[in-house]
Amino acid sequence: MSGSSTYEPKSGFTRWLDKRLPIIRLTHDSFVAFPTPRNINYWWTFGAMLSLCLGVQIVTGIVLAMHYQPNIHDAFASVQRIQRDVPFGWLIQNLHAVGASMFFLAVYVHMFRGIYYGSYKAPREVLWILGCLIYVLMVATAFLGYTLPWGQMSFWGATVITNILGAIPFVGESIQVWIRGGGAIDQPTLNRFFSLHYLLPFVIAGVVVLHVWALHEAGQNNPTGVEPKTKDDTVPFTPYATMKDLFATSLFLILFATFVFFMPQALGHSDNFIPANPVQTPSEIVPEWYLLPFYAILRAFDFNIGPIDSKTAGVFAMFASIGVLFILPWLDTSRVRSMRYRPAARWWFMIFVAVALALGWCGGQNPSTVLAQPGSFRATLNWIANGQTSQQRIQVASPAAFQAASDAAEAQLRAQGATMTSVVRESGTTALALGVSRGSPETRVITAATSDDLEAEITAAKAQIGGSSPFVAIKREAPFQFTVTRFAQLLTAYYFFFFIVLLPLLGLREKPNRVPDTIAKSVLGQTQGAS
Amino acid sequence: MAEATAGGAHETLETTRRDFIFIAAGAVGAVGTAATIWPFIDQMNPAADTRAMSTTEVNLSQIPVGQEIKAIWQGKPVFVRHRTPAEISQALRDDYAQLKDPQMDEDRTKQSNGSPGKAEWLILQANCTHLGCVPLPSFDPGYRGHYGGWFCPCHGSDYDTSGRIRQGPAPKNLYVAPYVYLNDTSIRIG
Ligand code: HEM
Ligand code: FES
Repeated sequence: MSGSSTYEPKSGFTRWLDKRLPIIRLTHDSFVAFPTPRNINYWWTFGAMLSLCLGVQIVTGIVLAMHYQPNIHDAFASVQRIQRDVPFGWLIQNLHAVGASMFFLAVYVHMFRGIYYGSYKAPREVLWILGCLIYVLMVATAFLGYTLPWGQMSFWGATVITNILGAIPFVGESIQVWIRGGGAIDQPTLNRFFSLHYLLPFVIAGVVVLHVWALHEAGQNNPTGVEPKTKDDTVPFTPYATMKDLFATSLFLILFATFVFFMPQALGHSDNFIPANPVQTPSEIVPEWYLLPFYAILRAFDFNIGPIDSKTAGVFAMFASIGVLFILPWLDTSRVRSMRYRPAARWWFMIFVAVALALGWCGGQNPSTVLAQPGSFRATLNWIANGQTSQQRIQVASPAAFQAASDAAEAQLRAQGATMTSVVRESGTTALALGVSRGSPETRVITAATSDDLEAEITAAKAQIGGSSPFVAIKREAPFQFTVTRFAQLLTAYYFFFFIVLLPLLGLREKPNRVPDTIAKSVLGQTQGAS
Repeated sequence: MAEATAGGAHETLETTRRDFIFIAAGAVGAVGTAATIWPFIDQMNPAADTRAMSTTEVNLSQIPVGQEIKAIWQGKPVFVRHRTPAEISQALRDDYAQLKDPQMDEDRTKQSNGSPGKAEWLILQANCTHLGCVPLPSFDPGYRGHYGGWFCPCHGSDYDTSGRIRQGPAPKNLYVAPYVYLNDTSIRIG
């Protein structure tokens, strides 16, 4: 899209400068004359907000660093001091903390936009990958920054995340110690996290330059996904896109300011107002809201997959859930770029957005919370009332021989006429086998809503049966429980299904709607396209 | 390349000498770069003072039956739990339960010099083997486990009275901390 430059220096100075450093020309070509598809909608304004967010984080961050102390004894208090004593410290600290959330809010909209309109497809693969890289760097920066106030969540979040690295096969443990600078999160960790938190935003800024460069090389995508063909299809970036960006950014700033001035703590966690304590874990450790979906994926793996233990599997899935974005341009096989013309893909995309939000919800819940339980807990009690008890001691040389001896003892009791037998193990090698004969067999079924209630009722029933029987055989049945973890497992499955199965297959099989020939036609209504 | 074949021996000889210089210079450059980068990577590893082995002594007489303390050893918490007889017998009974990481209770009270410990005293590294939170003991108000030992509030790992993993995402039992008895009422961790 670069084309030839339309910039004409007007004054003597700009003519002089243009020969030596054509920076005004570059700015003019990139942000004034740059041809922008004329049909771009408000989903395209989030890039501008992201640039603003990066600027806000850097400026407020540099100011905070003038007052912050990266020392485990003083860090917490120094942040409180910024809030209370430093002139306008409260404002700058709130801007930085809320700013991180706003940054992620904008980036998620920006990324969903990219997926919906197929902005990652040729020739924008590198643009997309640079975006993914920015996102990973943002996550790293936010994680490092969250450690700095040295509250309980800071400390335990850092502990949990560095432990995640320990799950990497073979080298995990060395990497973990290397990152922490010791066996546990401590002074060396805080010190280096501060250094890196200061560094990374500038790395992001560098990648953003590449990102925008790639954007200007490939040109902006647009809601139809059709490349501009003639001058009719585009308008100059200024004033059209500039004004649209400004308007949307103003709305975004209103939301931003609402948080900063009226509910600065709403997005944070109250436990981070407790200074870090290495021997006391908060009752639940949750990351900031923008990382909850990945946290839910991490926790969804509560089972081993063959030789891979649950922890490694969870960690792998979490990295894969971000990693899969990098290869998205090659997963989606559809020749049609925008989902506006892909009626099936569009529904699967809507579900994907809902799944991502639901994963975020799961990440904030206690994983064992029961969401639905179709049945109840049941126990069947069998015993023999007023029978005759006989017993036999079991004593074996080694625990390995125990099972055989216990089976033999029970068989022998039965041979002597016992209708029910039981083995009460006393240690690895000794037990008492009991049998009852004659008497009347009794049965009782107990149901309860929770396993705790069931156990209470069983205890009560046993007390009631009491001495009339030497033992009671209990068979417990647990109902299926749909827990937060189960829900997260389903959602995780969909997340990967969407990228790895659906997008490759759908692109080959679906029947897309008719795509307009040109952008101008779609705008002027000559071709009927859906919203 | 076609020219090299046509040019005969002289050409080949010269190419070889140049190749050698390239490879030699490249190799020295690569080693030099690696040698320069390494200090910048290695500086992040634990410093000598951090690494210096430390030990922690704990006076057991202060801990009533059914209670535990968290000692700090090398910056990490260690559970020192004084188990009740009921907890001990439950642990012994569970030796034969379905275990994710099978281990006898007896092996979990062993001292680091190999001699047997005491069933009442369980000395465990207090970081959950999942992602390192400190699990809550059964007498804590936040305890939500089912096996009477510890419950990790982070992702719900449930440990029994021997600190063995019974349910939840943790792959391993709580690690036994290396310790020895100094006398009847005190131990040294590390
Ligand atoms: C610091 C973070 C980021 C900044 C400052 C930023 C900035 C921008 C800007 C200014 C644009 C042009 C305006 C627009 O189309 O909205 C843009 C376009 C784009 N960005 Fe980003 N971006 C960031 C992160 C990301 C991430 C994380 C992704 C995806 C993983 C991404 C993917 C894209 C794509 C695909 C385009 C081309 C859009 C199109 O023309 O369809 N960006 N970005
Ligand atoms: S850290 Fe204990 S369950 Fe995850």
